[in-house]
Amino acid sequence: MADSPSDKLAAAEFASAPILGPGYNYASVTDKISAIVLARRTPKWWIVGFLVSFALVMLLMVSVTYLVVAGVGIWGIQIPVGWGFAIINFVWWIGIGHAGTLISAILLLLRQTWRTSINRFAEAMTLFAVSCAGIFPLIHMGRPWLAYWLFPYPDTMKMWPNFRSPLVWDAFAVSTYATVSLLFWFIGLIPDLATLRDRAKNRPAKLIYGLLAMGWRGSAVHWERHETASLLLAGLATPLVLSVHTIVSFDFAFAIVPGWHATIFPPYFVAGAIYAGFAMVLTLSIPIRKLFHLEDFITMRHLDNMGKVLLATALIVGYGYMMEAFSAFYSGNQYERFMILNRMTGPYAPMYWLLIACNIVTPQFLWFRKVRAKVGALFAIAMVVNLGMWLERFVIVVTSLHRDFLPSSWGTYYPTRWDIFTFVGTIGLFLFLVFLFIRYLPLISIFEMRTLVASEEEKKAVN
Amino acid sequence: MKQQETIYGLMAEFATPEQLLEAARHTHEAGYRRIDAFAPFPIEGLAHAVGFHRTRLPLVVLVAGIIGGCSGFFLQYYAAAVSYPVNVGGRPLNSWPAFIPVTFEITILFAAAAAVFGMLAMNGLPTPYHPVFNVPRFALASRDRFFLCIKALDPMFDVEQTRKFLHTLSPREVTEIEP
Amino acid sequence: MEFMDSDRKNTGQPDVDNSALRKAASGGETPRFWRGFDELADTPEFRNHKENEFPHGANDPDAKLDRRDLLKVMAASAAFAGLSGCTKLPNQKIVPYVRQPEQIIPGKALFYATAVTLGGVATGVLVESHMARPTKIEGNPDHPGSLGATDAFSQASILGLYDPDRSQAEIHDGRIGSWAEFQEELSTALGAEKGNNGSGVRLLTPTVTSPTLGDQINTFLKAYPSAKWVQYESATRDNIREGAKLAFGEYLNTVYRMDQADVILTLDSDFLTSGPGCLRYARDFARKRRVEGPESKMNRLYAVECTPTNTGAMADHRLRMRASDIEGLARAVARELGVSTVAGPVAPPNVPAGWIPALARDLKQHPGASLIVAGDQQPPIVHALAHAINQALGNTDKTVYFTAPLEVSPANQWEGISQLAADIRARSVTTLLILGCNPVYDAPVDLGFKEILPKVAFSARLGLSEDETSALCHWHIPQAHELESWGDARGYDGTASVIQPLIAPLYGGKSEVDFLAVINGQSAKPSHDFVHDYWQAQRAGVERFDVFWEKTLRDGVVDGTALPPKQVSLKPGIGAEPPATEAQGLEIVFRPDHTIWDGRFSNNGWLQELPKPLTLLTWDSVAMVSPKTAQRLGGSSRPADYLKSEDAVELKYKGRTIVAPVWVMPGHADESVTVFLGYGRRRSGRVGTGAGFDAGWIRPLATPWIGTGLEIRKTGDRWALATTQTQSTMEGREPIRIATLDEYLKNPKFAQAEAEENPLSLYPEVKYEGNQWGMAIDLNACTGCGGCVVACQAENNIAVVGKKEVMIGRHMHWIRIDRYYEGGVDDPSTYHEPVLCMHCENAPCEVVCPVAATVHSPEGLNEMVYNRCVGTRYCSNNCPYKVRRFNFYLYSDWDTPSLFGMRNPNVSVRSRGVMEKCSYCVQRINAVKIDAERQDRPIRDGEIVTACQQSCPSEAIVFGNINDPDSRVSKLKAMNRNYKLLEELNTRPRTTYLAKLRNPNPEIEKTPAV
Repeated sequence: MADSPSDKLAAAEFASAPILGPGYNYASVTDKISAIVLARRTPKWWIVGFLVSFALVMLLMVSVTYLVVAGVGIWGIQIPVGWGFAIINFVWWIGIGHAGTLISAILLLLRQTWRTSINRFAEAMTLFAVSCAGIFPLIHMGRPWLAYWLFPYPDTMKMWPNFRSPLVWDAFAVSTYATVSLLFWFIGLIPDLATLRDRAKNRPAKLIYGLLAMGWRGSAVHWERHETASLLLAGLATPLVLSVHTIVSFDFAFAIVPGWHATIFPPYFVAGAIYAGFAMVLTLSIPIRKLFHLEDFITMRHLDNMGKVLLATALIVGYGYMMEAFSAFYSGNQYERFMILNRMTGPYAPMYWLLIACNIVTPQFLWFRKVRAKVGALFAIAMVVNLGMWLERFVIVVTSLHRDFLPSSWGTYYPTRWDIFTFVGTIGLFLFLVFLFIRYLPLISIFEMRTLVASEEEKKAVN
Repeated sequence: MKQQETIYGLMAEFATPEQLLEAARHTHEAGYRRIDAFAPFPIEGLAHAVGFHRTRLPLVVLVAGIIGGCSGFFLQYYAAAVSYPVNVGGRPLNSWPAFIPVTFEITILFAAAAAVFGMLAMNGLPTPYHPVFNVPRFALASRDRFFLCIKALDPMFDVEQTRKFLHTLSPREVTEIEP
Repeated sequence: MEFMDSDRKNTGQPDVDNSALRKAASGGETPRFWRGFDELADTPEFRNHKENEFPHGANDPDAKLDRRDLLKVMAASAAFAGLSGCTKLPNQKIVPYVRQPEQIIPGKALFYATAVTLGGVATGVLVESHMARPTKIEGNPDHPGSLGATDAFSQASILGLYDPDRSQAEIHDGRIGSWAEFQEELSTALGAEKGNNGSGVRLLTPTVTSPTLGDQINTFLKAYPSAKWVQYESATRDNIREGAKLAFGEYLNTVYRMDQADVILTLDSDFLTSGPGCLRYARDFARKRRVEGPESKMNRLYAVECTPTNTGAMADHRLRMRASDIEGLARAVARELGVSTVAGPVAPPNVPAGWIPALARDLKQHPGASLIVAGDQQPPIVHALAHAINQALGNTDKTVYFTAPLEVSPANQWEGISQLAADIRARSVTTLLILGCNPVYDAPVDLGFKEILPKVAFSARLGLSEDETSALCHWHIPQAHELESWGDARGYDGTASVIQPLIAPLYGGKSEVDFLAVINGQSAKPSHDFVHDYWQAQRAGVERFDVFWEKTLRDGVVDGTALPPKQVSLKPGIGAEPPATEAQGLEIVFRPDHTIWDGRFSNNGWLQELPKPLTLLTWDSVAMVSPKTAQRLGGSSRPADYLKSEDAVELKYKGRTIVAPVWVMPGHADESVTVFLGYGRRRSGRVGTGAGFDAGWIRPLATPWIGTGLEIRKTGDRWALATTQTQSTMEGREPIRIATLDEYLKNPKFAQAEAEENPLSLYPEVKYEGNQWGMAIDLNACTGCGGCVVACQAENNIAVVGKKEVMIGRHMHWIRIDRYYEGGVDDPSTYHEPVLCMHCENAPCEVVCPVAATVHSPEGLNEMVYNRCVGTRYCSNNCPYKVRRFNFYLYSDWDTPSLFGMRNPNVSVRSRGVMEKCSYCVQRINAVKIDAERQDRPIRDGEIVTACQQSCPSEAIVFGNINDPDSRVSKLKAMNRNYKLLEELNTRPRTTYLAKLRNPNPEIEKTPAV
């Protein structure tokens, strides 16, 4: 991706690089962002992208239908590897789904104003990733139509779920996370929906946005409560985010399988989640700012910060891998030792080393400001990290299971075409939702941009 | 008196947040109580200026959270130890450490729901109809304009007096709000 | 009886039925008549075509579709054939074992004593019958050849009975015929022969030990003096017969007394898991190895063999050598032991120095308590030598004795079959009546039965399924299964059993007795009467014969029919003439397959999917070579060129070639290749047709078992094989704990070395009151035969998944037998370990199940609740023993009505998407509990017997109440050999193991183990 002049400029005077391009006022930010949504003509690239992603959604539909008709046997899973792509993809998507809430919540609490222009679609991304993730625990079951048995409800046989099982924790954690993220995202949207309502030209748009805006009129008192609510939600969402991926890591850490049964899992899963999440935010924001000419809103400063976060989390994750190997050796437990050696030298060793290359080696380039200043380089690294994080889950799930305690029951896992179709299908679903979002909702929080303008003006006044 | 039934109040439009803040303060000092200010983004101190002091939202959230937590744990305890006690992997019936994750999640869920719906409820949203929207230029309140409204219900309200008073705040214009 | 109604539903559409029946009749899409010609013109191309079509067909997805379609059709046709018949009791009176059925109580099983035969020799069994449906085979404790145990074959005969591919109508030249029509044609054919005393009549039967049938055949031969009776088995025991003749000048039956033998030498014999009496031998053998404490003794087994066998795996010293060298070793041992007459090389090749003398000393030190056993595949001279050595050691009548032959008329079967072929070629056979044999498939290939059989003017075959031979006979008559027919047969020691039908013939089949009755023109007389009358004639003495008869039927054995030991005198000069200088070159050894024998079980899914004990292969036969030989045959020094398992090779022997997959077999003798009979069937059924390759195609008359001069050529193709265990070493872990007897005596607690006394737990201990079930498995007794696996499959309605699924790793067996190698790849020691659900008290699987579908019962069972299971497979991931099995597809056959009858009504048939695993046969536990409660008494120890325990010939598996210190299982668990698998995980398994002991001869330094 070639760098635009403005990028070069931004790269040049870097430290002082603004988080908002010069010369914007309340009106212009409002118009510029809402124009994307209210524009009559749909850009060609959007139509193409939308159709492609829609085709992939259809692929997902076919795969899932066949799965329900024939059974999970169409996948490569077997005994001993009872979990395959489904769980790998689930953890991968859930991980991606964390950056959104994190950016909005934690950065909000930390009063990081640079979050303003990315938090909206980061949150949207969270929702879409979580919906993709949510599909897998459901369809990976032998009898998916009974999935509701994981939730407590008064049952004629007085049966309850087994609350000791991490899968039940998962069910609660993920559904809570999805709900809270949705609410958080929606109350953030309300003032912008009001803006769109007031600016929409055609009646149906006015009507729809009007209904969604619920009669928001920017009253001072409303703003007061709105801000309080946002802060409270941020305060709630932060521990939630951490808990969700902690619980996802319990799916493994709680089991006795060598390679799963490790106390380090929660922290390093959370770090991994932030890592994956930011990688995905970069992956999305870089093309979007180009295509919608939002370089002034999502500036090099943003990309630079995200690059730094990426590097930091990469280091944490790397530490996680190291400690995993170390404690395996230090434990003196022959199964643990064998597990780690098997990862490094066994049949799936290429996956492991590729994972190290993607997640640990590649991000080291981010130490260099030059690299962080290159949009193309950032994008490439982000993509590599996305791949790496998927590989990490593959290594954890498959290489741990395929050779556990009794050599007699060792086996090898090969994915089938249906494993791949389903995975690609969910990527399609994710993009499909992203395309809908960027076309019909403001992908940058307008009212927060106005606040930003206000603070810029105060600064000017001060100078 | 007549007009007071026919109109909802008076609306003054300002160009900048500072002006609105000023205006709001003066209006409140002038003794008007049924007033409201509208801005395209949250303005520090504006709510205070129109006489709104503190919201009880945090309290609601706290209570909801506590309720959620307790009911969450009780649900699991009841299911595992009372309603259908069964030996699972040699663990005690009340394996409370295993019940903590779900308890936590339910706490968060309740609290978050309370925060959102509490906020909406207190703000009286959704509001299908509101008179201020009858002001033609009010659409700009969600863009770059700032409005101050004195409602007709205010005991001190008198169309002429109030209009005069508002003009002293040097607004861009003052309009009557159709009920 | 629900299944009956469902059948009726199935007969709803008559058109389906007719088409189905026509299909069944024509044996496939193309008219059988032409198919016959296809196979007549049996060019290598045709064969290759077959080879390529089938073995891989098993793992191509379309094959699955075919199967489904076929299932539907067969379902319809089975229904058409009037399965409703199967709830009729046979007309004659049959008597249940022990309990008299005043009337059948629904839900309560009745047990009937009968017998199943293999190669004519009977194993006494009890058949569990639900509402007059036989559902399970168990051993008959009163039968000397069983003592309550069963082998995989007899277990699986239940599936053989309900096999939907059984032939269901008389077929006359490709069209449906009728029994009456056949009788007419037969009588005209025989009538024409009456003039010349039936000189053109031939009767071809398998080995006949049945007194009644023999009597009938003799009647026939009296009527037609010049007619000839030929007995034939492809897995023939001619060598044993001829060996006895060589040694004693007459055909004799050899019976071993393992309970008397302290030192045993086997010469290429697998007496523990194959051949007549193997169940009894395994039990007696295991009892001599039950080490309870320092005082107990242990027998010692030397095995000299070419192809690794279970017996070799059990041996304390195993010596691998080419099958054709074993004669040399036998001679050497004989000479060492003073059988003076023996000539031949002083020492056979590749025997460790001092091995033979040490062995000889050991044998000498146990006169009358030692035993030499020669293998079925070894030439007569080896058997003769074995007899001579036993004689020299004074073992005769102590550890081995001889009786009159079991066969009604013992004969050299291979001479018989070749004579028959010659006669047919000479056009001197006009009428050929085949009872059960399948010569077109399994007769020596150079006799060319495929070509000559159509030359016979009138040929008729009685057969269970319409196979290769039926296809070429004018008449095919559906045979009644042993569980459907009256008859009798002798056990390994001559004890006769009456075979009584458990159910009226499902498809109107005719028993051998019926068939002979027709031949003898007595078709009016029911088969029951023949058996009854025969024994009445034998027991002319006894008054109240009816009482005797009832007792006989109830007990399953005819009193006093065990053949008495016979005084024998050794012929002088045994082995005097020097051994035939055997041809050099690569050796080929033929053996009957461990799970489908000579091919008669090839359409039996249970046996096809039963992993072969040493290779754990399913659904395929292989050409076994030793690692060294595989290296040499690779043709170059580059490891890439070595022969590898799953390489397809062309075996060329005596001018015939066949493509086979290689299996590199640790412990196999070098410069020797073993192939197995029974595979490569072309008309077997949906299960067996095309599986594996047909070793018979390169098995000429001259070398039934052992030959040299085999050539091997790599084809470059790969032949994917389905094995259930890919990792063969213990990886420094100790799933099996092993010591020599001395080590054990020095350190009796070696097995519990790293065991914690009371392992810690964060949780309060759960109190387990009352009955607490547990199991102990004695690895010192387990021979790895696999009987338990099939028993479990039959008892628990376990599905068969097919080769493709096994290859992915989705086999469903609840109990599996792990096989580990220890020591070098060339000559390792082999260990077997049955692994089933451990029913852990701290079960990892239970905790992680989100819906509490697997929980602990108050009696300590780890229970799997199928209808609660949602199929997350988390439990399986978290099971360190990996004993859980998952229904990835709908594996259970819910379509084929004939199979409904077979199912155990007390075990639910699993559907798609649920986990399953060993339940400790909870249905049996509950049945006993209910009885005990009704009689208001505690459950007796040993009253509950799990299916695996029940079938185990070596009593390796013991189940019972571990809360009762006096129960057998508690006593075993109290032994110092007792250890828990993966104890360090603190799962507290209730299934524990008794460590394996070996008893090597200190004189022999190099034991195969090291």
